[in-house]
Amino acid sequence: MKILKKRIQYIAENFYLVLILIFLYAPIATLMVLSFNGSRSRNQWGGFSLQWYAEMFDSASIMAALQNTLVIALVSALVATVIGTAASIAINSMRQLPKTIMMGITNIPMLNADIVTGISLMLAFIAFGISLGFKTILIAHITFNIPYVILSVMPKLKQTNQSAYEAAMDLGATPAYAFYKVVLPDIMPGVLSGFLLAFTMSLDDFIITHFTKGAGINTLSTLIYSEVRRGIKPSMYALSTIIFVVVLTLLIITNFAPNRKKEEH
Amino acid sequence: MRRKLLAGPYLIWMIGFIIIPLVLIAVYGLTDKNGAVTLANVIAISTPEHAKALWLSLELSFVSTVICLLLAYPLAMILRKRNIGRGSFIVFIFILPMWMNFLLRTLAWQSLLEKNGVINGILTFLHLPPQSLINTAGAIVLGMVYNFLPFMVLPIYNVLCKIDDNIINAARDLGASFWQTLLFIWIPLSVPGIISGITMVFVPALTTFVISNLLGGSKILLIGNVIEQEFTRGSNWHLGSGLSLVLMVFILISMALIAKYDKNGEGTTF
Repeated sequence: MKILKKRIQYIAENFYLVLILIFLYAPIATLMVLSFNGSRSRNQWGGFSLQWYAEMFDSASIMAALQNTLVIALVSALVATVIGTAASIAINSMRQLPKTIMMGITNIPMLNADIVTGISLMLAFIAFGISLGFKTILIAHITFNIPYVILSVMPKLKQTNQSAYEAAMDLGATPAYAFYKVVLPDIMPGVLSGFLLAFTMSLDDFIITHFTKGAGINTLSTLIYSEVRRGIKPSMYALSTIIFVVVLTLLIITNFAPNRKKEEH
Repeated sequence: MRRKLLAGPYLIWMIGFIIIPLVLIAVYGLTDKNGAVTLANVIAISTPEHAKALWLSLELSFVSTVICLLLAYPLAMILRKRNIGRGSFIVFIFILPMWMNFLLRTLAWQSLLEKNGVINGILTFLHLPPQSLINTAGAIVLGMVYNFLPFMVLPIYNVLCKIDDNIINAARDLGASFWQTLLFIWIPLSVPGIISGITMVFVPALTTFVISNLLGGSKILLIGNVIEQEFTRGSNWHLGSGLSLVLMVFILISMALIAKYDKNGEGTTF
């Protein structure tokens, strides 16, 4: 009797897990299926077709937005990684109070609502006399990316052995050389996953870009938003499908990269 | 220490692009077009139109948060019981949608719920009457729950994983029923995760303008829509900033709650 009850409970639990999974993934799957639909309609299947993908690759505005998105993601992730890693090393060597203050600042953009971050940056750019455009999107993305890098690198830094760095210095290494040969290899997995995370976040952002982009420039997210508000175009489904697949791949790499040790903290 | 100098670029960047911009919102929100100090932009929240939008936002995000909590807690308990370990693929697939573009996820629901959308297509195919699903408060709640559910699952799961099995077993050995263990052991020990999850869902739900725009149509205005329109269309930035200040009060309350109940950052999503 007890075994039967356990069995039923196990099945019920699996059922619940599957239901949630369907809830989470069915809408995305639908979107992907629709991107291959030969018909423009959303409730009729017009046969398998790649025409929306072809239309997408032919569209100059989509290709321009794609280029903007990739350049911004790459540059903002690179700059954020450099600034963030340097900051992590500094924060790690600080005393308790300044450390708490620095981590508090780091947490502001992560806890704040995106709409407030977006608006505040927009107001600042205009107050500083920087006209909205490519530059401002880039600055905004670097700003919200830095915290992700810091939060990736800090746990790795805490695990490194301070004496190894000091030993290298004692043996005559310059600080830069000791950092390059001793500290950097230890924190490299954190730096890499911080970079990839920053890249993904930049790729995915909509709200902050929406407020800081100005007229005449689009990233993929803002392009989709304006197209969808004008009426859905199936080529947007094709574009969404590609973004989903790319982001999914990036996330799997960041989470299951072989060099990343599973840490419990 | 030379190493501390490495924080220089970071500090300059964060002061320039995080602190000063936030101060600017306060400056804009508390002045009028001529630069005179005024509270009018903040008090504007009490006009019927704005108060209605704020109240509706509070209502919908509250309902969404409760639904997320009710869905996420059992899910987190099951995942923990399976003992698959953090970082496993099974846990990962429940968290994954969190990192995916929410604009696209909302777009997916739009194509499902629309008048000529997928769900109505299936209903027609089954010879059932089509339903009007989109442009309702229900559609917005659905969009919110869908978008923010993983933000509730992860912190609760992280906290549940830290609960010692022996405590649960001791309670059961001493004769506690399932519900008693849930009420007196599980829930009190998972408060940091629950609080963190609640704020992770409530703040973005309260401030959204995308979900309400795509799923609620133009008739349902949330406070996020009102602010967004002030900045992108109405261009009364002073009013928009004043309303944002009101919104920031709610964000600050959430931050304070996290600081109080989640001191060690156990429930952080990252």
